[in-house]
Amino acid sequence: MTDRIDQDGIKIGMWLFLYSEIILFGGLFVLYAAYFHRYPEFFAAGGLELDRLFGAANTVVLLVSSFTVAASITALRLGKKGQCIGLLLFSLFCGVIFLVNKYFEWGAKFARDIFPNSETLTSGEPGLNIFFGLYYIITGLHGIHVIIGMILLAVSLVWVMTGRISASRFSMLDNSGLYWHLVDLIWIFVFPLFYLVL
Amino acid sequence: MTAPLSFYHTPAPPGLTGIKAWLLTHDHKRLGLMYLGAVLFWFTVAMFLGLLLRTELMSQGRTIMGPELYNSMFTLHGVIMIFLFVIPAIPAIFGNFFLPIQLGTDDVFFPRLNLFSWYLFMIGGLFAIVALFVGDGFPDTGWTFYVPFSVEVDSNVGLTVSAAFILGMSSMLTGLNFVTTFHRMRDKSMGLMQIPLFTWSLYATAWVQILATPVISITFVLVVVERFFGVGLFDPDKGGDPLLYQHLFWMYSHPAVYIMILPGMGVVSEIIPVFSRKSIFGYKAIVWSSMGIAIAGSLVWAHHMYTSGMSDVSVFVFSLLTFLVAIPSAVKVFSWVATMYRGAIEMTPPLLLALIFIYLFTVGGLTGLVLGAVGPDIHVHDTHFVVAHFHFVMFGGTGFAFFAALHFWWPKMFGIMYRFKPAYIGASLTAIGFLFHYVPMLILGLQGMPRRYYDYLPQYETGNFLAGFGGYLLTAGIVIMFVNLVLSFRQQQPAGVDPWGGTTLEWMVPSPPPVHNFVVPPSIAAYPYDFTGVVERERQKGLKG
Repeated sequence: MTDRIDQDGIKIGMWLFLYSEIILFGGLFVLYAAYFHRYPEFFAAGGLELDRLFGAANTVVLLVSSFTVAASITALRLGKKGQCIGLLLFSLFCGVIFLVNKYFEWGAKFARDIFPNSETLTSGEPGLNIFFGLYYIITGLHGIHVIIGMILLAVSLVWVMTGRISASRFSMLDNSGLYWHLVDLIWIFVFPLFYLVL
Repeated sequence: MTAPLSFYHTPAPPGLTGIKAWLLTHDHKRLGLMYLGAVLFWFTVAMFLGLLLRTELMSQGRTIMGPELYNSMFTLHGVIMIFLFVIPAIPAIFGNFFLPIQLGTDDVFFPRLNLFSWYLFMIGGLFAIVALFVGDGFPDTGWTFYVPFSVEVDSNVGLTVSAAFILGMSSMLTGLNFVTTFHRMRDKSMGLMQIPLFTWSLYATAWVQILATPVISITFVLVVVERFFGVGLFDPDKGGDPLLYQHLFWMYSHPAVYIMILPGMGVVSEIIPVFSRKSIFGYKAIVWSSMGIAIAGSLVWAHHMYTSGMSDVSVFVFSLLTFLVAIPSAVKVFSWVATMYRGAIEMTPPLLLALIFIYLFTVGGLTGLVLGAVGPDIHVHDTHFVVAHFHFVMFGGTGFAFFAALHFWWPKMFGIMYRFKPAYIGASLTAIGFLFHYVPMLILGLQGMPRRYYDYLPQYETGNFLAGFGGYLLTAGIVIMFVNLVLSFRQQQPAGVDPWGGTTLEWMVPSPPPVHNFVVPPSIAAYPYDFTGVVERERQKGLKG
């Protein structure tokens, strides 16, 4: 009935979806809380095994990319299409760096026989097994979200190039940006829970 | 002025023809009817599965099937009824069809997302079918998929929980769509306290769908992860705790009970005032009780776990919270009854079904309190008492509300009226069969017969035989109701704009509605349940006749 696009309404829908994503991870954080309460000393020991440098680097990478995504939206609204494309490409590049980092991090653990159902974990302390089990599940699910976010950003990038997303119609880019911030936000919780646990 | 073409004759988006006009449609009314077809198919399948199960139990020992088949069958019955019938039935069919009309708008906020939800629903159903025929057969875990059994068993648990995951996604996106529609598409002149109660109940439901469904999604993801990678999060040998699975599972699945019942309550809140020709008693109380149920209902999940080994404090707290949910539910029941008091009651099939709903739902609610209290629950936990209780709520409640909605809105959706007499006979037979079916189960449960068992001791035979007998009456009643509705297509008796004397917006538009719902912009009444106009109209008609 209305000809005008209701940008606010689209955003409400997206925010509701983001809530549901947070609750999806919330279920895992509940498990984390319950098991942390049961095995505090093993969670601390497990945390020391993780590479804080890698974790911190990934945090910085994601924060920077979140900024560049936000900047790309502003650039588009100001009519600077070239700048917007550049910023989006940089954000995607950050996503790739994050995944490559993750790959090396996981790879190093695998080399030391620390992965779900490995001999070391199943025959070792149960608390450590739970810690690393949660580590793999939560960072794994987060990694999947990074990939989904990158796909959304890539689609937005192509649409910005072809003109389907423009200064007057940018909901897709806006929502992809929101999704990317969510990926960032979840990481902000994951990082201290695993890497900085006492 | 000629009547505008109905939505059947005007595809949306325009230009589509034939089957494409349905499969690619963005029209909320067509999508509602597509859900109707799919949901009725699943309901029929699961109903006959249930009948086979009760036939097996009618006599001791093997009657018509072996124990493995029995276990798979009750799982399938549960999975279909929960995920493919009770959860989607009223919101996806009647919500899609009537929520935008009641809000005075032409569609939901995200029409394409709505179509996508329907496809997710169909894909989820397809997964369930595939799980039947490939690999090691359908799971025999029960619809709860409790660990460790669901992680260790060879049957197709992975595929089935994926189906449930996808169906949950579909339900969640429908909820997201409804909340956005409620806030952004509502007619500008319609204030919050002018919204029909059915739409209010869908709004409360939608929030539960959005906030609770992701928990079951992650739980099912964990079941699949455990099956493939053996992390051990729920395996005591590896440091895990199976109790946490139950917590996560019920954190969704108990709120899901309110996803199932709230829309049914909304339907009854529409039907009762219309046929009492009297404003609903306590409109605001009903609105607030819907939201109250949605909130309190999210905090009671662990009352399914009294015997699982929780601390006494948790048991006490969850029992107390469970009792709190009874308050808003009772507010609704009393409001419905008070609406009828001194009303000009006109008996019709939808009203009869709504009255049966009130009666059966009340029994279901009160037996729920028996289970919510810790002492009695320890006695009847996991017995047939529980089975009877939740069937009273889910089937006597939501099921009958679904039948009532079907009879109430049938003339609006298809523009034709069905015959009343077979509808009365069908509804009464269903109700009588229902009582014959489930009251014996309440007694069997109190006597100690466990649920989900393939066989039983001789003293339970009479009760099980009676229950099976009631099951056949029940099924016969439902078949009569459905056949009567289908036969209305042959009689083609036109229903008119407002066959019942309703006051909400769907009774102001033609039956069936045109594609944009409103030919002239709707005029929003100051109060949605003001029947003075309807009563005056009927008085005039009476004077003339």
